[in-house]
Amino acid sequence: MSGPIQGHRLAATFAQTKAENRAALITFATVGYPTPADTADVVRALLAGGSDVVELGIPFSDPLADGATIQHASQIALEQGTTLKMAFDVVRDLRAEGVETPLVFMGYYNPFLHYGLERVVTEAGEIGLDGFIVPDLPPEEGQEFGTLARSHDLDLIPLLAPTSTESRIQANVQAGSGFVYCVSLTGVTGAREQLSATLPDFLGRVREHTDLPLAVGFGVSRPEHVATIAQLAEGVVSASALINVLDDTPAARRYAALTDLVREMREATAHGQ
Amino acid sequence: MATIPSLTIRGQFGDYGGRYVPETVIPALEELEEAYAGLADDTAFQDELDVLLDRYVGRPTPIYHAARLSAEIGGAQMYLKREDLAHTGAHKINNALGQALLAKRIGRTRIIAETGAGQHGVATAAACAMLGLECIVYMGEVDVHRQTLNVFRMKLLGATVIPVMSGSRTLKDAINETIRDWVTNVETTHYIIGSVVGPHPYPTIVRDLQSIIGREAREQCLAQFGRLPDVVVACVGGGSNAIGIFHPFVDDTEVRLVGVEAAGHGIESGEHAATLVAGTPGTLHGAKSYLLQDGDGQIYEPHSISAGLDYPGVGPEHSYLKDLGRAEYVGVTDEQALEGFQHLCRTEGIIPALEPAHAMYHAAQLASALPQDQIVLINLSGRGDKDMTIVAEGLGVEL
Ligand SMILES: Cc1ncc(COP(=O)(O)O)c(C=O)c1O
Repeated sequence: MSGPIQGHRLAATFAQTKAENRAALITFATVGYPTPADTADVVRALLAGGSDVVELGIPFSDPLADGATIQHASQIALEQGTTLKMAFDVVRDLRAEGVETPLVFMGYYNPFLHYGLERVVTEAGEIGLDGFIVPDLPPEEGQEFGTLARSHDLDLIPLLAPTSTESRIQANVQAGSGFVYCVSLTGVTGAREQLSATLPDFLGRVREHTDLPLAVGFGVSRPEHVATIAQLAEGVVSASALINVLDDTPAARRYAALTDLVREMREATAHGQ
Repeated sequence: MATIPSLTIRGQFGDYGGRYVPETVIPALEELEEAYAGLADDTAFQDELDVLLDRYVGRPTPIYHAARLSAEIGGAQMYLKREDLAHTGAHKINNALGQALLAKRIGRTRIIAETGAGQHGVATAAACAMLGLECIVYMGEVDVHRQTLNVFRMKLLGATVIPVMSGSRTLKDAINETIRDWVTNVETTHYIIGSVVGPHPYPTIVRDLQSIIGREAREQCLAQFGRLPDVVVACVGGGSNAIGIFHPFVDDTEVRLVGVEAAGHGIESGEHAATLVAGTPGTLHGAKSYLLQDGDGQIYEPHSISAGLDYPGVGPEHSYLKDLGRAEYVGVTDEQALEGFQHLCRTEGIIPALEPAHAMYHAAQLASALPQDQIVLINLSGRGDKDMTIVAEGLGVEL
């Protein structure tokens, strides 16, 4: 198999999108939603539209950084018995099919902690996961997980918010790797009509402290949003808007509709417009 | 009366505590930590709080010898720390008032809070009304129906009550929703959390503000008996009234500290809220502590007859005291709590809240096995008016 070696897929992807003079499109699926059996197909639909990275949301009973859409998806997934083990199985299946797109887990800390951090990174390394985004694990608390992840060539992706101070930006980017997830607004996840006006200023402050690629997420709902962010950052994350497509489309056309929206977003990723 | 000791630890209680929250609110937590540390030598703030505790809350609350109850039990002497006599009917006002003053000090005019039983919501609404602050209270939709009287009280006090429809629609979801509001409005808003839970510095701030209970009780014991109590007993939901009375006794190693959790329908039934008795460590609502979680690290819904104890987490300092062996934690069922409740009503003419009724039941068990010259001090954390419909239902009485 000739794909980039695991653990460096994220870096390779950002290098490639840079060479193509565009932003990377990062998309999201809640594991176990709409049903556990659908998860791999949802990811395939995201990949068919041209996603450069896919985040697999690990459902948690108390998703305090999430708005109504992801809360609901998480709850439905849990009611159907979704577990972290199922998320590992999805990644294993996709890698067995030859999928080489970077895949990362996005989830709250407790399910990882309970599974056992050592066990999480070991299995993740074995099956070809690329990293973790843990919204309730700031660098002060994430040292152990970060060290373990690095020892398996996995990225612990740092999150920053518009409220982050200089010292917090510094602490976060130093502790993390892969890319920097810049939360576009002061708030929780969820589709929004408009992007925050303070975004350029925020990204400028982050850039002073890191050479890692910056990806902007939270509220990114339409191809126009993607186009705007592509002028400012190396990556764009869309999540809730994609789940809304699953919710709003009759089951028979669900995956096609998802692929269509992802494709439109992907077509809006060009830099320098 | 020194109300606010300075911060001494960085949010760690052994391996527990910490700050497991989204980055968005961390700068606000840092600011809060700094502002709070600054209060240690702010005599104007201390004076203002002390005057309000004296004249608005009605402190100090007495310790009362439950002589008839003690005689009936026939063992140690039971003394009640009467937090039920504090303004708004529970210990919750000690924290709500202190934090509302602190919020004003750091220039936040919008206050948010979660509530389960409604006692913390009522206390926060009262403090905000008195200080002229906007007050928004999140309450699980299930609790809104269980505690209609307190919802009405909060509204009378000028608060906006927002029913929370997500998750299990109880206290833990109300906390999630309050944190979501805070994440969104952090620049203008102070979150007055209702117990010794949440990210650092909350467990420390709330403990310090509630420690007035134990400081008063310790002095009252020394003044009245010339010695310390033998046992201190308190109920544990999030753990604020218990830490409040325990903390000033922690270094008095001869004093036994006993926390009473809600065993609901019995620990073995799985339907309980006995986090320290039956839980395991994990992270929830910004701190590492004991939790009620399933095999996948998902938090499960607790059960207790008392809405104020119906919480799947517990303050990190209690987890620390448990592991150290400095405090012991036990469970009392719904049925036993109702028994403790009625016993106090009949023997002393005091109607306790259902939360401390758990502590009353266990304290009676302990006292019965101790000699008559021993002293058991119980934190009577609140009064029972709010619980009349639930108690009637529990006793099979139609009102
Ligand atoms: C009277 C009373 N006691 C105890 C509690 C439990 O909280 P904590 O354990 O923080 O004291 C409550 C909570 O609502 C309460 O109203």
